Parts: sequence; C-alpha cells; structure tokens
Amino acid sequence: MLTPLLVFNENGIYCEAADVYIDPWRPVNKAIISHSHADHSRWGHKQYITHHTNIPIIKHRLGEINVSGKSYDETFTINNVKFSLHPAGHIIGSSQIRVEHKGEVWVFTGDYKIEDDGISQVFEPVKCHTFITECTFGLPPFKWEPQELVFNNINTWWDTNKSEGKTSVLFGYSLGKAQRLLKHLDSSIGKIYTHGAIENMTEVIRPMIDLPDTTLITKETKKTDLLGHIVLAPPSAHGSTWIRKMVPYVTASASGWMTFRGARRRRAIDKGFVLSDHCDWQGLLTAIKATEAHKIICTHGYTDIFSRYLREQGYDARTEKTQYEGELTDSEVDKADGGKS
Amino acid sequence: MKLFAELIKTLDSTNKTNLKVEALASYFKKAENVDKVWTIAILSHRRPPRPINTTVLRSWAAELANIPLWLFEESYHIVGDLAETIALVVPASNESTQKPLSQFLKEFITLKKKDDQEKKSYVLENWSKLNYYERFVFTKLITGGFRIGVSQKLMTRALSKATEIDEDILAYKLMGNWDPDTITFEDLILRERPEDFLSKPYPFYLAYAIEEEVSGLGNVKEWSIEYKWDGIRAQVIIRNKELFVWSRGEELVTDKYPEFRQFVEEIPNGTVLDGEILPFPEGAIGTFNDLQTRIGRKTISKTLLAKTPVILKVYDILEWEEKDIRTSTYLERRKILEKLFLQYNNHNTGSNKNTLQLSERISLETWKDVAEERAKSREICSEGLMLKRNDAIYKVGRKKGDWWKWKVDPLTIDAVLTYAMRGHGRRSNLFTDYTFALWNRENTELVTFAKAYSGLTDAEFKQVDSWIKKNTLERFGPVRSVTPELVFEIAFEGIAFSKRHKSGIATRFPRILRWRQDKKIEEANTLEDLKAMIPSSK
Ligand SMILES: [Zn+2]
Ligand SMILES: [Zn+2]
Repeated sequence: MLTPLLVFNENGIYCEAADVYIDPWRPVNKAIISHSHADHSRWGHKQYITHHTNIPIIKHRLGEINVSGKSYDETFTINNVKFSLHPAGHIIGSSQIRVEHKGEVWVFTGDYKIEDDGISQVFEPVKCHTFITECTFGLPPFKWEPQELVFNNINTWWDTNKSEGKTSVLFGYSLGKAQRLLKHLDSSIGKIYTHGAIENMTEVIRPMIDLPDTTLITKETKKTDLLGHIVLAPPSAHGSTWIRKMVPYVTASASGWMTFRGARRRRAIDKGFVLSDHCDWQGLLTAIKATEAHKIICTHGYTDIFSRYLREQGYDARTEKTQYEGELTDSEVDKADGGKS
Repeated sequence: MKLFAELIKTLDSTNKTNLKVEALASYFKKAENVDKVWTIAILSHRRPPRPINTTVLRSWAAELANIPLWLFEESYHIVGDLAETIALVVPASNESTQKPLSQFLKEFITLKKKDDQEKKSYVLENWSKLNYYERFVFTKLITGGFRIGVSQKLMTRALSKATEIDEDILAYKLMGNWDPDTITFEDLILRERPEDFLSKPYPFYLAYAIEEEVSGLGNVKEWSIEYKWDGIRAQVIIRNKELFVWSRGEELVTDKYPEFRQFVEEIPNGTVLDGEILPFPEGAIGTFNDLQTRIGRKTISKTLLAKTPVILKVYDILEWEEKDIRTSTYLERRKILEKLFLQYNNHNTGSNKNTLQLSERISLETWKDVAEERAKSREICSEGLMLKRNDAIYKVGRKKGDWWKWKVDPLTIDAVLTYAMRGHGRRSNLFTDYTFALWNRENTELVTFAKAYSGLTDAEFKQVDSWIKKNTLERFGPVRSVTPELVFEIAFEGIAFSKRHKSGIATRFPRILRWRQDKKIEEANTLEDLKAMIPSSK
C-alpha cells in the first residue's frame, strides 16, 4: 500500500509526494496556509503559500515572512503534485486546499462556512475523494439562522441600548468576526468605536472591502462620547479595566457557542447572538455531500461524535488529531486576541 | 404562555438581580391572574407531577429531529439540559402560541392519564407549533426542575413590587400547601383568611458563614453560642391539636417523622419551634449519612425506625401561646423556650423524652474559648458553631449581622484523579467532573472514594482538561479513565462509614481544594488514612 497523499504527522498535515505541509503547527520548510487564524498559520516556516488576499493579513500577524500568493482556482504544481486554493467562506482570504496526485483528489477545508457573509468569498464545494473537514459545530443543536435575522437583532439591540442611554459593547474576534459585524452594523444608529486590536486588523482589510467608518478608542476618548454608540472589542477585553470607561454599558457576544443558554451566563455577558464563521450541523452535512467524497477525515471539533454519525450514513469516516485548537474550540469567545479558531 | 416564555427569555438574558426583579414585576402586572398563580407555583417548585417520563421524550425528540438516539444523548450530554437540547434539535418553527400558560398546565394534568400514543401526538404537535423559547419552556415544564436563577426570594420581591404587599407577608402566604390548579390569585395572594394559616410555617432565618475574624463581632458576652448541627432544618408547628413539620425546602414532611407525633400531647397549642431534625442511632447524634436512610422514604418501617430514630434539636421558638414572637429578642425567646422545656421534661418521663432536645447554649468568656470549642465540634458530630446576637429578632431569609455560622475547617486528603467527565452545561466543553481515588491498604490499587467538580480556577480546569485529553486510557460513553498521574487535595465537611459506597466511606460535600503539582501519585493518601478521620465515637 502506498503512503496516503496526505498524512498527519507531528508537524502538521504532510504531503510526502510534494514535500509540503498544509497548516503545519511546527516550523517547516514549505507551508500552504488556509487562513490567518493563529492555530492555522503559525510562525517560523521558511516559505508560505496562501491566497493573495490573505498576504497582508498574514504579514500583519506574523511580520515579514517569505510568502507567495495564489488566486482561487489557480493550479500550481510542486513535484508533480497539483495544488489549488478554493473559497472557504470562513473569513476574508480563507481557502480550502485541493491536492491532486495521480488522479487522486484530497481537499482540506481549513475552517469554513457555507453561508454568504457578505465579506468573504463564498464557499465553493470541490469534488474530491477524501475530504478533510473541521467540525467545530458538528452537533445537531447547532443551527444558524440566516445572518440577516441575526444582524437585525444586533441592530435592534443597539438601538434599544441607545434609547436607554447606554453604550453597547459587542465582542467579536478581531480577525473575521469583527469585520463581519462591522460590515452589517447599521451606522445610522450611531458611531462605531473600536478597540485597538480590531482597529489595526480592520485597517489591513479596508483596502479589500468596503467597510463603515470606525473611531479608535484612545486615552482622549471621553465616556460621554461613547454613550449610545457601539464599541467593537475582542473577547479578551471582557472584564478588563479598559472596558470600565464605557459605563453605563451592556455587553453582547456574537458566536456559535451562544447557542447554549449556559455559555452566555457563564461569561457574564448580557446578551448572546448566535453567529459563527463555521458551519452548523446541517451546513457540514451539506458541504460533505456536495464534495461527493467517500472518505471523510474529521479534524477539530466534536470529531468522535461527528465521524460516528458519518459512518452510520455510509461514509468511510475517521478522526485525526491535529493541533487546531484541541478537541473543542471555544476560542472565539475565550481566547485572548491573536488567538485561534 | 407567550408572555411567560418572554419572561424566561428576559430572565435568561441578564445576570443582574434588579433587572430580573423588574422583568418579573412587570410580568406580574401584565399577566392574567390564573397564569400568575401558575408562575408563582413553577418558580417555587410546585409543578404538577411530570406527565411523561423523559426516556420517551428523548426518543420522540430524536425521531422528530431525524437523528439516532445516541446522537441525541451525546448532544444532551454536551448541552446539559434536556429541555434545551430538545428545543434545539427539533425542527425550528417560528410560529407562536396564543394558549395561556395555565391552559398548558391543565393539559399536562390530564395528559398524565393518557396513553403513550396520545401523549406523543400532543407533544409532537406542540413542539412543531412553538417558537424556540416557547418550545424550551413547554418542554421544561414537562421535565421539571426550572432553574433559571430566580430564587423564591427574588420572586417574592418582584411580587411585592407588583402588588404592593409587604415582602414578608407574601413569603408567609406562599409557604405551605396550596394547589395552583384550584387556588385563585385572589385567595393565594390578595385575600387574608385566618384558617389558611393553621399549617403555615414562618420563613426561616438563615445565617451566613463568617468570613472575618470573630473578634470583630465585639464583646463575646453579647453573643449566644450554640453548636451547628448537620441535619434537616425544620419547623414544628402545634396549632389546634394538630402537628405540622416543615423542612427548610418548604416541604411538609410531617408523615416522614412519626417520632414527632407525640408532640401534640406534650407541647401546648399555638407553638412553633425552629430546630434541626437529627439522626439518633444508639442513643447519640449520628452523621448525615445516617439521616440519608430516612430522607426520601415516604413509609418508614419499624426496623428502620428502631435503627435510626430521629430527634428534634430545638434552636428557637417563633410562636408561643398563639402569638408571633419573632420580634422579641433572642434572649427573650430563649427564656420562653427554656420554660417550655422545663414543663416538657416535668410531664414527660418516658423513654421518648429524648425526642425533643434543647440546643445547648454554651457560655464562654472569650473569643479564644469560642475558637477552642469550635475545634472540638467534629468529635460530637457537629459542624461547628452558631453565633447569635442576644438582642437579635428573628429575621426573614438569609441576613448578615445577627446570626453567623462558624464551621470547622474542612478535612482534607490527597487523592489521585482516575476518571473524568465533561462538565454539564456551564462547562460542557471541558472535562471538569472528576473522580478521585486513594490507595488500598497494600498500596497496590487505587480505590474510588469521591467525585468532585468544583474548586479549581478556570485556568486550572483548562490545563487539566487538556491533560485529560492527552492522557485518556479508555472511554465509557461520556466518561474517560485517565492515566493515574495527577494528585489533588480534596476537602470535605464530614465523613462516615457507608455501605453504599465502594470504598466503605462516605464524605460530605467533597470538593477540590488545590492541585498538588508538587506530589507524585505514590504520595497520595490511603483509604486507611481516610478511615482514621472518622470520629472515634461512631
Ligand atoms: Zn479559523
Ligand atoms: Zn480552525
């Protein structure tokens, strides 16, 4: 039996035929990177290959690195192995990675969602034999509502807080979620203020997409300036001294984990909006079906449960250990900024 | 139902007490009277009996969600709440109901008698017609256990705000046995009828644990010191030649303690005593573990009655000669209590005399003496001391200032982590429920002795969680066995021999005190060490 096209070793997902890694977690020579969340794009590789819209983002994160950019659907060959990137719909610049060798096709999803979020290139299913999928929310209770409804609720919440004379503080991860929120906030309600981490990241992304104006909160910003307006902050700002400036304020978090009533309460957040950059249960199943793959490898998330279900549905499914945020990713709300998912 | 579901949603969306009170108060102003009664009943744990068992509910939910039962169970395990899991997995509906809350509950009462097929079609129809929160509330009402961070006290405060009736009076009205299916809001809350009050207990006055130095309480002479007992806090009421025993959970438990029947003859009418029900095997106060054999049993066999009789240790007197004397000072009430006991002991010379015991008042000269007395508590199966200000009136609920409990320090032992389970709900993504073991006599085998799931910081839980994921030996459904490697110091309040535990020992309120990263498993304690902690008197 030949070595599989992709194997999971101590460094990451390895293609022996091309001698190249995909989203490796230890420093390697050549790495193809799905997207710029920290658990997928680590520091220290000699050479990075990623989608060209991701280049400014990954440089913002990792500093000056040796990186080359590709377009979606552009095939590039390394040692006779054909690679190409395809939209993953997760965050701006995120890709699935297609690998083809001797007629065999594997696709690695990185992180992905199938709903059009209005800022990332929409997910496109890619036909393959083996599909390596994340399943962060691979459990039936996870069901996303159309984002239009969620944003209506967010804007209504902001408007209500404003009428009560309070500042709205909305937590979202600084890369991806923050820009998605920003894009859909109704700036006719008030001004949008930002935390430094979000402002900096947003500056990097502004040239690529049209986003509403934001105002960075500085030492000079007065409490009274903020009243009735909204503040976008990374989850790590929750409970910090920085946030005391906003009093009187109400907090909300936008994340898939907000599905659970307990998740919001345990973080002492006033309001939870269920909004994720990952697939929900049905989204995963739809995406898998569209690939027409028979072999499914589940990486991070509820891998054991999800792969068992897939096996019962007739797939040849298994799990592989990765270092993409361990077994369960609670990072969107929990991890300090610069974090993962 | 719509209004009630919205109330639950609002209560769910805030952690702030005043916002919860406001939401409840505005509900009590808006809702129909008949729904209000049910809401009060639900929030004070007086639901109608569960009409459907949860096993069939789970299978119906899995069927409707079109997922295998095991997947439903896994989801339930991660979500942590059955009603929430069901509301999440069944197909979404954005319809809403016009049916009032009271109507649903009346339907539940009749549903109980129907067959499974009728029950199923009723439940499935409602699941598909209700929106998410209504679906959740509907299922929650069927499965029971509505824990939404609203205490009875909080609800009473809101009700008081809405009705402008004094909070204490409301607390009094809401106690006791009333049936939400038959009582009206007018009768329950608004109207005063003296005959309703025959069985009604008073709200308990509860103490906080003292956190500061006791010397900060001032002159020791201004305080009365008593032992703190670990039993069931209870009120014994004798009115109109009838006996009523209420436990602190506001449950009428008269029938469970036939020993107390004699009080009707021995204690004058119009008396209410506050005390602790304690096990009294072999003529001495036993452990809480002894009492466990009596709790939860409706009918008490003669053998059990002989083996583990109970007594009432009396702390206080709230009503005397048909008068509420809660506003007298502690010393004044104590004087009456002592007089009562003098009469009781004079009239009662039989072997049952022990059934009613006066809680000892320990007279001590200095706080240092008090501390020394406290240190001896465990030897007599007491949990520590109660400090009560001599001139304090009997207040309502948990209040700071006049009553303090000063418990003995917990016992501790170093144990090895052997099994782990994912936390429920609150920590569903982390392994936070642990099983701990101690070495057997030969130091060859680890024997499970306790489960604990609190005491570490979030950061520590995360660290242990990731260790568990890397050191799993075997999986048994949600439980994992792990390599024996981590040692934790476990604290617990009490200890006793127990036949129901594999180790032969029961511990009370075990919790993690700290992670002993400095210790190897060989340094963990043995079961023998644990046994040595059991008070020698027992
Ligand atoms: Zn990601
Ligand atoms: Zn990821």
